[in-house]
Amino acid sequence: MVTEGASLPPSGLPGLDPRFSRILRVPGRGVDAGLSREWHHLDTGDELASRGIATAGTILAVHGNPTWSYLWRGVASESLRAAESGRPAWRVVAVDQLDMGFSERTGVHRPLHQRVSDLAAFTEALALDGPVVTLGHDWGGVVSLGWAVDHAASLAGVMLLNTAIHHPEGVPIPAPLRLAGARGVLAASTVGTTAFLDTTLALATPSLDRDVADAYRAPYRTAERRRAIGGFVADIPVDARHESFGELDRIAGAVARLDVPALMLWGPNDPIFSDRYLDDLADRLPQADVHRFEGASHLVAEDRPYADAVLTWLEDNGERLSGLDPSSPRAAASARRTSTGSPDGPPFVPLWRGLDERREDDSVAVVDMAPRGKSEPRRVSWRQLDDRVRKLAAGLHRMGVRKGQRVSLLVQPGPTLTAVVYACLRIGAVVVVADAGLGVKGLTRAVRGAWPDVVIGEALGLTAARTLGWPGLRISTARLPRVAAVALGVECSLADVIELGTGAPVPAPPGPGDEAAILFTSGSTGPAKGVVYRHGQLSALRDVLAAHFDVTSETGLVTGFAPFALLGPALGTRSVTPNMDVSAPRTLTASAVAAAVRESDARIVFLSPAAILNVVATADALTTTDRAALTHVRTFLSTGAPIGEQLLASAAALMPNATPHTPYGMTECLLVTDVTLDGVRAAAAAPDRGVCVGTPIGSNRVLVAALDADGRPTAAPSDEAGVLGELVVSAPHLKDHYDRLWLTDRAAENGTPSGNRGAAAGERWHRTGDVGHLDADGRVWVEGRLPHVIVTADGPVAPVGAEQDVEGVEGVRRAAVVGVGPHGLRQAVAVVETVPPTSRPGLATPELTAAVRASTALPLVAVLAVPQLPTDIRHNSKIDRSRVSTWAESTLAGGKTSAP
Amino acid sequence: MIVLVTGASGFLGRAVAAELVAAGHQVRTLQRRPSGVHGVTDVLGSVTDVSLVARAVDGVDGVVHLAAKVSLAGDPREFHTVNVGGTRLLIDAAERAGATRFVQVSSPSVAHAGSALSGVGAEPADPENAHGDYARTKAEGELLALARDSASLHVVAVRPHLVWGPGDTQLVERIVDRARRGRLPLLDGGTALIDSTYVDNAATGIVAALHRADTAHGNAYVITNGEPRPVGDLLAGICLAAGVTPPRWSVPAGLARAAGSAIERVWAIRPGSDEPPMTRFLAEQLSTAHWFDQRATRRDLDWTPTVSLDEGLRRLAAHYREA
Repeated sequence: MVTEGASLPPSGLPGLDPRFSRILRVPGRGVDAGLSREWHHLDTGDELASRGIATAGTILAVHGNPTWSYLWRGVASESLRAAESGRPAWRVVAVDQLDMGFSERTGVHRPLHQRVSDLAAFTEALALDGPVVTLGHDWGGVVSLGWAVDHAASLAGVMLLNTAIHHPEGVPIPAPLRLAGARGVLAASTVGTTAFLDTTLALATPSLDRDVADAYRAPYRTAERRRAIGGFVADIPVDARHESFGELDRIAGAVARLDVPALMLWGPNDPIFSDRYLDDLADRLPQADVHRFEGASHLVAEDRPYADAVLTWLEDNGERLSGLDPSSPRAAASARRTSTGSPDGPPFVPLWRGLDERREDDSVAVVDMAPRGKSEPRRVSWRQLDDRVRKLAAGLHRMGVRKGQRVSLLVQPGPTLTAVVYACLRIGAVVVVADAGLGVKGLTRAVRGAWPDVVIGEALGLTAARTLGWPGLRISTARLPRVAAVALGVECSLADVIELGTGAPVPAPPGPGDEAAILFTSGSTGPAKGVVYRHGQLSALRDVLAAHFDVTSETGLVTGFAPFALLGPALGTRSVTPNMDVSAPRTLTASAVAAAVRESDARIVFLSPAAILNVVATADALTTTDRAALTHVRTFLSTGAPIGEQLLASAAALMPNATPHTPYGMTECLLVTDVTLDGVRAAAAAPDRGVCVGTPIGSNRVLVAALDADGRPTAAPSDEAGVLGELVVSAPHLKDHYDRLWLTDRAAENGTPSGNRGAAAGERWHRTGDVGHLDADGRVWVEGRLPHVIVTADGPVAPVGAEQDVEGVEGVRRAAVVGVGPHGLRQAVAVVETVPPTSRPGLATPELTAAVRASTALPLVAVLAVPQLPTDIRHNSKIDRSRVSTWAESTLAGGKTSAP
Repeated sequence: MIVLVTGASGFLGRAVAAELVAAGHQVRTLQRRPSGVHGVTDVLGSVTDVSLVARAVDGVDGVVHLAAKVSLAGDPREFHTVNVGGTRLLIDAAERAGATRFVQVSSPSVAHAGSALSGVGAEPADPENAHGDYARTKAEGELLALARDSASLHVVAVRPHLVWGPGDTQLVERIVDRARRGRLPLLDGGTALIDSTYVDNAATGIVAALHRADTAHGNAYVITNGEPRPVGDLLAGICLAAGVTPPRWSVPAGLARAAGSAIERVWAIRPGSDEPPMTRFLAEQLSTAHWFDQRATRRDLDWTPTVSLDEGLRRLAAHYREA
């Protein structure tokens, strides 16, 4: 066996500051007892000391297999820069594990427990004392946690990048590792050739620069120097008989008792350390801040700005990490879950209270006007619904579904979905509502990101779950033939769950602080984000809806628009799903609405703009009885996307006694403001730019963070009228947080009263990403999305005002105003759909161009006509301005013109 | 001050000389033909004539150098002689004569290697990558002039982009003439966004560079109207102003560039009396974006265009109605 001392890395490796490289001789332990070993490591301590900077503590960084301390060059350099600029100074010590990187080749087999004691020997020889925050990646994550659980006195926190601490029994280890671990393949792929090394480096997304990849390969040039890469793979405990299983199990158990701040940064596209392991770690460390970098993979440290995230987190948690704040992070996380709502607020009334109160009532609670395969509406009474909810709740609980576990629902709105949702809420299982509006790719990303424990679905949804490899125990809504059930990996049907729950007790209910549901943003500006609501927040939503729209047990509700479709039982009023394909609102007809209203004698109708468009278009088919039924409607709402005054008025004409409302909100805060048709008409006379969305509902508040010359909303939020900026909102029913998106959460609250800790107790604020302004009457005007603001040489311009001008030109059906050119020098371009539609995209006619230019004060460098503007999938109405902008940019650069 | 303008019989040179007179300067001009500008003293001859140039610069405070061989085809040696040799000769003479300001009128094509330019500033001139003899020799001339910038002689380079206006025989007349004969296609649908400069704005911009040479010296500035338009819109505007039908048909730019290259090769062997109908350079100019960041120009030269594109087109239309 060849042994070789430690050495310094060659000079000139990109991004690696040679001043940090050190070699330390360390007295050995375990198999090395009586020997000493040379460790190469990076250490910024001397550089900090030479600048006279006192440190807040040390980041002890441990690489995985087959990388080396080069992985941590970013955090080493950036922490030094941060310290120089006066931010908290953290010393970085990043080791090359023995037999790895440029540390000594010992020729000795080193299983996990040996590596954990090696690291302890190293820190002792270095005389490292606290506070220490560990940072680990891959197998280095396990070693770093091993050090963490053994050094409670100096441990201040733990930080992890893609790693795993526990592997569930009965689940095969990830395929690539099974292959690499197979006898014969192991030696060949890991040691004999550079295949394992190359494969790991190839996981970087986008791919590594050649010189960076070469730097990773630098210590592993020969088979002898690569020997430990094979050793590491062989050390993966595939089962309980493995020599490292016991040590891994010890560490995994101890991690679940660690009471220090924790951070996890994850690349979800990792074929090895997938979301399964993140989910496991998040359960063990419930106090952790977790951020999944959508699109990043195993080498998340190369894929994303992890060092910046690490330093930000250290700064945010400064008081706890330094011991100034001695409170328990674990207790704080749990206190948040068990909180009973705000102390001065109204007492918490759970969502299922409406059901409880009417459990003896035989009148209709939920109606599905067109249950699949049936011609008659399906009616469910309050008594039946309550009974089904209780049995499902008890059955799910008996199956092992517990509070905090996630249940993904792939079920069309209707009585079944309603019953399942309330059963989950009742036992504290978190409902994951991902809808088809995200598209298959978006839906897959959403479901995998939420990592559900259970999937309840119809055959179609379960087929998708099976083929796309979504996680979770599968339950089908209908009883499936055995063959189909096996094929779809389905454990049981809802009927089985009900059977199981019959006569069984329902467990203790969750409290207002427990997580209740995860909804998804539409993904029109980046990947869809999971939005987490707690029970108290959903109850607040119900209450604000009831109060603002005067919903009582007698009003009744017609809606095909999730998630409002699910609130009927919580509001204690009957709810009806009209005959439509709920995932395609365009399929709703006027007759179907009338039939639903007649069936339930509902006073309130909730629709989305896309549905309203078709309802108005099919109004001719309404019979006299239909029209008579519609006169009973008192309140009519259009929600989900902006709607034009004309369309709202046309729909209102079908319901002559109804007050039309068009509330403004978003997945993160479903009701922010509201305006009636009269309010819309009154606003038309105002000189303001944008869409008037009315005034805040209930105790909601809306402020504006003014845009600076660079188009960034840097100003402190204020209620000053007439200032263009990002809308910042506060509401009792505002979302709690984004799911596993700590950085996004931070950005959404940054600079708001709650982000500055300047908010009143219990007050939470959210940056909406919408831009607009307030007027002197306190009305809110929306002028577009923040990323769509056009930053010209004369300052930022929001697109909606100019779009409204252009849409007033004869011959223009719809318009998007977007920017082309470099940021800060953007030029505005109008892209229009014409009447009649143009057959091919290109310059608008000179006449139309002149008319469009004359319609607005905004200088337009070009007017382009397209057959159709791209819109989002969910609402089919929000124009994808980012895509239009990219298209306009390439078209106006010259070259062949394609469709946007 | 006493100012020498070279190339004052050209479309832009005339406008510059007139603008200088209007600003109260004593103006001398140097070119082969009479400038026709009221209130100036013409010196007739070539910028490559050493003794004539020495006489022309005698006693001047500033020089505005516009004279150049502007063409899409021709003998490469002749481009070099006029555009490089002429500039060197003139700046030598100006220095000797004790002039303190020198404005080198250049072209954005000196820094253009054929790719789309969107919102860029005045990048350094790049003779090696410039396309065609004109752009290459103008690039060399500009580098040469800026290299001579010193504490005693302040040199500024200005690059007006696509100058047009009433009386323009280079651009406007060619467009109108070809459109009239139905021989003006759009390239790739005419969507390339391009900047242009109404002649009065180019003239005031150049005069501003002369006035600001004490602070702006050593730099190059692109001058435009700051109102980029799709090339199809601009061509349509010019045609409509001239009362001819704008182009409606489109050819792929790749084809036009290939045709332009072929024609250039034929012209090189058998030069015609007319300009070639299409060159690679022209095809690129008409099919790729060219618009510029005007912030530094407007700030450093303390100048803004006074005639908008629409107003310029109205004046062009009036000019054609009178003609």
